[in-house]
Amino acid sequence: MFKAFLIKYAEIGIKGKNRHIFEEALCRRMRHALAEVEGTFSVTREMGRIYVLTDGAFDYDGAVEALRRVFGIAGICPVVIAEDTGFEDLAKAVVDYVKEVYGGQEKTFKVCARRAKKTYPMSSMELNSELGGRILDACPNMKVDVHDPDVYLNVEIRQSIYLYSETIPGPGGMPVGTNGQAMLLLSGGIDSPVAGYMIAKRGVKIDAVYFHAPPYTSERAKQKVVDLARQVARYSGPIRLHVVNFTEIQLYIYEKCPHDELTIIMRRYMMKLAEMFARQDGCLGLITGESIGQVASQTMHSLAVTNEVCTMPVFRPLIGFDKQEIVDISEKIGTYETSVLPYEDCCTIFVAKHPVTKPNLNIIRRSETHLAEKIDGMMETAFATAELIEIS
Amino acid sequence: MEIYLDNSATTRAYPEVAQLVTKLMLEDYGNPSALHQKGVDAEQYLRQARETMAKILKAQEKEIFFTSGGTESNNWALVGTALAMQRMGKHIITTQIEHPAVQAPVTFLEELGFSVTRLGVDKEGMVDPEELEQAVTPETILVSVMFVNNEIGTVEPVAELGERIKRKNPSTVFHVDAIQAFGKLPICPKKMNIDLLSVSGHKFHGPKGIGMLYVREKTKIRPLILGGGQQNGMRSGTDNVPGAAGMALAAKMVCDHLEEYREHMYRIRERLTAGLEQMDDVVLHGRKGEQGAPQIVNASFLGVRSEVLLHTLESEGIYVSAGSACSSHKRAGSPTLTAIGASKAERESSVRFSFCETTTEEDIDRTLETLRRVIPMLRKFTRK
Repeated sequence: MFKAFLIKYAEIGIKGKNRHIFEEALCRRMRHALAEVEGTFSVTREMGRIYVLTDGAFDYDGAVEALRRVFGIAGICPVVIAEDTGFEDLAKAVVDYVKEVYGGQEKTFKVCARRAKKTYPMSSMELNSELGGRILDACPNMKVDVHDPDVYLNVEIRQSIYLYSETIPGPGGMPVGTNGQAMLLLSGGIDSPVAGYMIAKRGVKIDAVYFHAPPYTSERAKQKVVDLARQVARYSGPIRLHVVNFTEIQLYIYEKCPHDELTIIMRRYMMKLAEMFARQDGCLGLITGESIGQVASQTMHSLAVTNEVCTMPVFRPLIGFDKQEIVDISEKIGTYETSVLPYEDCCTIFVAKHPVTKPNLNIIRRSETHLAEKIDGMMETAFATAELIEIS
Repeated sequence: MEIYLDNSATTRAYPEVAQLVTKLMLEDYGNPSALHQKGVDAEQYLRQARETMAKILKAQEKEIFFTSGGTESNNWALVGTALAMQRMGKHIITTQIEHPAVQAPVTFLEELGFSVTRLGVDKEGMVDPEELEQAVTPETILVSVMFVNNEIGTVEPVAELGERIKRKNPSTVFHVDAIQAFGKLPICPKKMNIDLLSVSGHKFHGPKGIGMLYVREKTKIRPLILGGGQQNGMRSGTDNVPGAAGMALAAKMVCDHLEEYREHMYRIRERLTAGLEQMDDVVLHGRKGEQGAPQIVNASFLGVRSEVLLHTLESEGIYVSAGSACSSHKRAGSPTLTAIGASKAERESSVRFSFCETTTEEDIDRTLETLRRVIPMLRKFTRK
């Protein structure tokens, strides 16, 4: 029945002269999302609106699902297209539409006709009242309410006539690629994929870095991260995933530094490495899944000590979230089940039974001086030997 | 060169087996139930496979049933017997060291109202025949004991167990999970008083997805897979001709050289255990000599997490098994190691090496060499 979708967009409407940049990015992202859906789709901008037109049979549910993952879309309106073959045919199409969509439900409605084709013989006001009358005659359960109706029945007169009334909510946010690029520190846990999702939602293109510690972390742990990146990429679009071999650095810290400081020092070097990849990829910031107080390395003190090595802004979209709130989002975006697979990640293997929770920056820096001999070379090696996996 | 020491997980199929399977998929691909010539041809292969398996077990052809593998065989043996015998009693005896494919159906039966005795084992994994005999009552319909333990290789005294069970209660059905024993040790169900015996094809160079249940004549058992009535109505489903023929060929190839291969694997095992015994803080599990299976060595390298050692050996081209995977959050231990009273430190550091007849002494020497090199390094880095 539905042959097209009218796309309502979120905050793009308030952009001024840059608006076309946002609209074009949105169209690009929509085309990308629809590419994997069965059917032929064309995404067009006309008269300040974005339409998805279809040609022939297509997977309706698949198309809606795909569009619901495109950031920037506030709502998706399934559209029925009728040929302009005179008012009688139009009236019949409108009545059929109401019967099909609302069946026997009791609803109040209002017809909102708009003429893009001004040559149409009736005015918008005439169309509203005439079509409203036909609906009342045909559907005894529908009542008119012009002030606060349940249903706005939109009738747009173009080359063809577009009918729509329902709006399926979209994800909101802004089209990916309109707000620069940032590097996500992706672990195998619940939080970091959600953090990536949230920043991508604001229009940021995401790249990612994962710290692999063979033989302490297995190939399956790495595969799990690749799978998580794929799930985030369904929303964010392609991700360049850098897999860094972190074992040597980790063991070196283990040997040279106090054990209760291991995690915090390790995280400082992870941040530094992430920044090296960020700079290489043209990113302007780092993204982490940290949330205040969740674990020892995420207390306010630890965050401050970790952050101190960074020169780029570090975005922590989950900073004020409780664990359950993060879990809820991860279930919604489909990363939860993968995240809870029981493979060890490199943060947990050597973790001290009682790690420092209030690290002192001066003490940490002094401990790091024990690494002076080899750490720069090791960092260079880790950076140079990282594996790049293109996730699309 | 890779050194594959995980043959108790699965084996590489013999090339002859793979060729036969291919032929039966591409050329003689008929359905044995079909009336035309293609069906008749396929049926010949099936009949021959059944004959081979029967001959190896010194059994009758009508006592051989093909299944989808060891897990199905065990499930059928336990649930099928319990359902058929429930009016005669509701008591089942098994051990604490059975494979999950026995444990889970037993628990299922327990939920259905059967009462279950799970016998403990000594520190080498042996069931006490006296204790088993004591546990058998007039109510006992089924006893299930594995032939060879899959984790530590203990060989249970099944012949003695069978004799004692039958002496105490002749109508008790005796099931033996022989999945790790077939092709390694001589098995004669009839002599050993075994009524039901499970076998899995891929453990002895056959294909995956095929197994066998020996059902001694006149044993009361209900079919679980119902349908077109294949295999005398006892196990419906289109016959897996390539699987059955492939398994039978592999079984024949292995059993024709059983003695020779067994001696070879014992030598391999001795070489490995001798080397391990010289290393510090290594604990060997299971039994020595012929009371242990020829193909399995289980050792704990104290202070080294099994998974880490596994991946380290993997990076050197050596493939072993780490029992049940564990993470820092959930340390599931192996039930067998728990049952033999292994400490937490031993359970967390246990690795299984399992051989086949193509494992060489050089493989073992290289493995020992590698272990001697990596263990001290891995011990240096442990969680404090």
